Amino acid sequence: MSKQYETVIGLEVHVELATRTKIFCGCSTAFGAAPNTQTCPVCTGMPGSLPVLNKQVLEYAIAVGLATGCDITRYAKFDRKNYFYPDNPQNYQISQLYLPICRNGGVEIETEAGGKKTVGIHEIHMEEDAGKLIHDEWEDCSLVDYNRSGVPLIEIVSEPDMRSAEEVIAYLEKLRQVIQYLGASDCKLQEGSMRADVNLSVREAGTEAFGTRTEMKNLNSFRAITRAIEGERERQIDLLEAGESVVQETRRWDDAKAESYAMRSKEDAQDYRYFPDPDLVPITVSDQMLAKIREKQPEFRTEKMARYKAEFDIPDYDIEIITGEKPLADLFEAAVACGASPKKVSNWLMGETLRLMKEQELDAGDLRFSPQNLAKLIALTEKKVINSSVAKEVFEVMFAENVDPEQYVEEKGLKTENDEGALKKVLEEVIAANPQSVEDYRNGKEKAIGFLVGQTMKAMKGKADPGTVNQMLRELL
Amino acid sequence: MDILDMTALQLAAAIKQGDTTAVEAAQQMLARIEAQDKTYNCYVTVDAEGALAQAKAVQKRIEAGELTGPLAGVPVALKDNLCTEGLRTTCSSRILHNFVPTYTAEAVKNLQKAGAVILGKTNMDEFAMGSTTETSAYGVTRNPHNTEHVPGGSSGGSAAAVAAKECFYAIGSDTGGSIRQPASYCGVVGMKPTYGTVSRYGLIAYGSSLDQIGPLTKDVADCAAVLEVLTSHDEKDSTSIARKDTNFTEALTDDIKGLRIGIPNDYLGEGLDGEVREAILCAADVLREKGAVVERFDLSLVEYAIPAYYTIAAAEASSNLERFDGVKYGYRTKDYAGLHNMYKKSRSEGFGEEVKRRIMLGSFVLSSGYYDAYYLKALKVKALIKKAFDDAFSKYDVILGPAAPTTAPKLGESLADPIQMYLGDIYTIAVNLAGLPGICLPCGKDSRGLPIGLQLIGDCFQEKKLIRAAYSYQQGRKAEEMTCVSNVENGQGGEPA
Amino acid sequence: MANIISDETIEYVGILAKLELSDAEKEQAKADMGRMLDYIDKLGELDTDGVEPMSHVFSAENVFREDVVTNGDDRERLLSNAPQEKDGMFVVPPTF
Repeated sequence: MSKQYETVIGLEVHVELATRTKIFCGCSTAFGAAPNTQTCPVCTGMPGSLPVLNKQVLEYAIAVGLATGCDITRYAKFDRKNYFYPDNPQNYQISQLYLPICRNGGVEIETEAGGKKTVGIHEIHMEEDAGKLIHDEWEDCSLVDYNRSGVPLIEIVSEPDMRSAEEVIAYLEKLRQVIQYLGASDCKLQEGSMRADVNLSVREAGTEAFGTRTEMKNLNSFRAITRAIEGERERQIDLLEAGESVVQETRRWDDAKAESYAMRSKEDAQDYRYFPDPDLVPITVSDQMLAKIREKQPEFRTEKMARYKAEFDIPDYDIEIITGEKPLADLFEAAVACGASPKKVSNWLMGETLRLMKEQELDAGDLRFSPQNLAKLIALTEKKVINSSVAKEVFEVMFAENVDPEQYVEEKGLKTENDEGALKKVLEEVIAANPQSVEDYRNGKEKAIGFLVGQTMKAMKGKADPGTVNQMLRELL
Repeated sequence: MDILDMTALQLAAAIKQGDTTAVEAAQQMLARIEAQDKTYNCYVTVDAEGALAQAKAVQKRIEAGELTGPLAGVPVALKDNLCTEGLRTTCSSRILHNFVPTYTAEAVKNLQKAGAVILGKTNMDEFAMGSTTETSAYGVTRNPHNTEHVPGGSSGGSAAAVAAKECFYAIGSDTGGSIRQPASYCGVVGMKPTYGTVSRYGLIAYGSSLDQIGPLTKDVADCAAVLEVLTSHDEKDSTSIARKDTNFTEALTDDIKGLRIGIPNDYLGEGLDGEVREAILCAADVLREKGAVVERFDLSLVEYAIPAYYTIAAAEASSNLERFDGVKYGYRTKDYAGLHNMYKKSRSEGFGEEVKRRIMLGSFVLSSGYYDAYYLKALKVKALIKKAFDDAFSKYDVILGPAAPTTAPKLGESLADPIQMYLGDIYTIAVNLAGLPGICLPCGKDSRGLPIGLQLIGDCFQEKKLIRAAYSYQQGRKAEEMTCVSNVENGQGGEPA
Repeated sequence: MANIISDETIEYVGILAKLELSDAEKEQAKADMGRMLDYIDKLGELDTDGVEPMSHVFSAENVFREDVVTNGDDRERLLSNAPQEKDGMFVVPPTF
């Protein structure tokens, strides 16, 4: 490659809002129900049915707009976006084009170089989600489930302000954090409650004019986003280097094959014939409504970090990690409120919790154990009812099934053996069975004691306090 | 008095007094439909079994004193674009030939609560697109006054059913005159209320910003009573309005002293049939004699209403009718290759010509590059038209004019030239664009014996003024001219002797 | 006729509207649409500069519902009109 290229990226991020009901009808939005059991005439496009806006959707959209520095549109409308597809029961999607609810915002991200930059938000609009298509290759047909049809979305459209995959990820993490803090969505990429479409173009370094962009869809993880950006950047540069031009089109990313392909077909005119939806009335946002939503805004991360620093004696690094994910911060605060020491709670979150999350590829929002149970587990170790290795074992079970650690320890008989007589008996057996190690110890080999402690713990099935065992061994020898 | 000659209110009173029963009324109606609807084809679907079951249940509740309303026990016919749970609803289209709704339209629920007995579903222009009921996929409906002529449309089946005494009253919908114009052609009373008065939930949409449901009745008193029942504030319809002043029957008073009535010169000009013109001016004289102040004035912009209307209605219709795609309900083509071919074939085979014409036009005016020039321009003209009416209503309580330029045309004369047909809507269409209430009532007949309709238009929410004016006019006319089927004897249509 | 509708336009609108017209229907549609547009062009005679487009007749605003679940499982009835169903879902030609 002879020339230097710059990548220009803008994102369209769809976020499913955490409302109980759909955007235009009283159907539940609960995840995982049997197909088409959460539907009604409105969200299945039955003739004669009409939409009515869920107030909570508007409030969440405005809250996200305020938190990302947007201007709130005081007179907003819904428009119809017309296109035929089976997951879209009316064959038009109710969305906002002409008067979206929020405009002209931005969020600050940290760049690779350690500096800060603002990614502009062009607009945020409200719209309805589509249903799901399930492919039946055996019968060569597709099956339509409308449970997701009408689930409320906001689409956050950024300016083309990002220049690398790292910036894109930083932007997404920032958005996720803000939205999670608001409680407006759980923002899970894997489950599709947060979805990002990447608009990307390249241009010669130093030039002003944008190149032709493509839109990349079907990006279900940060990893896929990173790979797709790199792949598309290379594809476009290769085209330009070969003297060809980039075609403005929508492409679908296949993460398994690590390549993308154009989605366009002859039947797909991409002319959505937007017009104001006559079935919905305009929205006017009053000062009063805005003030109410502002009042309800939660403590955001920066404020939370400052408070943790003042209130809790835990390392700055821990604070950064814990406040980085709202569910983690909530868990932390709730466990501390149950009486557990902040330091200990932080240790459990930073250590075992993050380790298991990474191992099982889970988000903080997926954590199932309760803060009460974490506090109980910490109390059990502090009172030396169980030792630390047993505690880790119990934690793993708690992590998976949210068991009550007190009950679990009781049922499984995991309490540390505090009966010195019984322990002494076992110690004597271990000494008798390992004359060589005893000999080594007596000859000054400190390491040998470790082996004997291990043998004792094994014989006690782990239910002894290793400190006590060590001390008693030394006394006996 | 023969039951069949009674108005809806008279029948309900007779049932209440025990002179007859809801079951007897339903049976007589069903027998009459059975005997003569082959000739008129007012109905797409007759629900004889259901009607009798409803009549029995309603009769019991009347006798138990649970149903005391002024329409309890009276059989009604519903336009076939109103969803009725368990009863086929076709919009007179092949694409919904087998569609059985899973819920009932809010307006119909209101009727049921008032003790209505649903006889069946009436014929209409396909998806309410037409002015003659000839675009129906289920055959034309004939005008009971003369079976060589159309009943008007799109609520032609409903108007004809009232005129032919195949129901005591009927429900229609009006997007550009679809209640008032067939009422005019069939010599019955028809009213389109202010936009937002009757819930549209369950009305299969044509032009959502224009559609309103309303009554077709034998006289003005019935019209007021039915409208009162239909009206409600429905939380399922965002455009439904919470109105206070909805006891419309209170306006049934013969008193219009000082009422200011304006006749637009634009409504009496070129294209208006001479006999219709004469009848309208005679009607104005009747009102003047009763104490109204009648004046002529220039409404302006009248000729722009039709192009604005057809742009807006076609655009909305093209979107509203996208849901008919062969996936969830209705007609799906037999053989197809892939998704888009299935869509195209199902829709092309399922929709009739006029519907396709409007869908094509509507898709075009919304398409990229044309939206501003056509659709947005039409919305701006709509604003100007609304303003013209606002100015008029600052001077007048009621605007008076014809409902249609002619009496009912002959079958087969209208469809050949769509624009000529659209021009026939000139007096009714602006009312929908501006969301106003309008009523049409009989005011005479032409030399061929075909009814002429008088249209009265009110300002938004001024239904009571319209009802008062219409009722006063009706009282001022000779009784025999008001009976809507004076030339129809024993179900035999044809030229009067 | 001022508005001449090309074959391409009719083809394009057919894709948008998902309608497949026969050759005769296409010719008819071209003529009809051209005439209708000529007629609609009459609106151009009016000066609408500065006029706010009126999408809604009344000033009704802010109609909302509360975020409360009101609907239950209605699948059986939903599918009662389906041209084709399988496993509680609507069957359509393959989209993959």
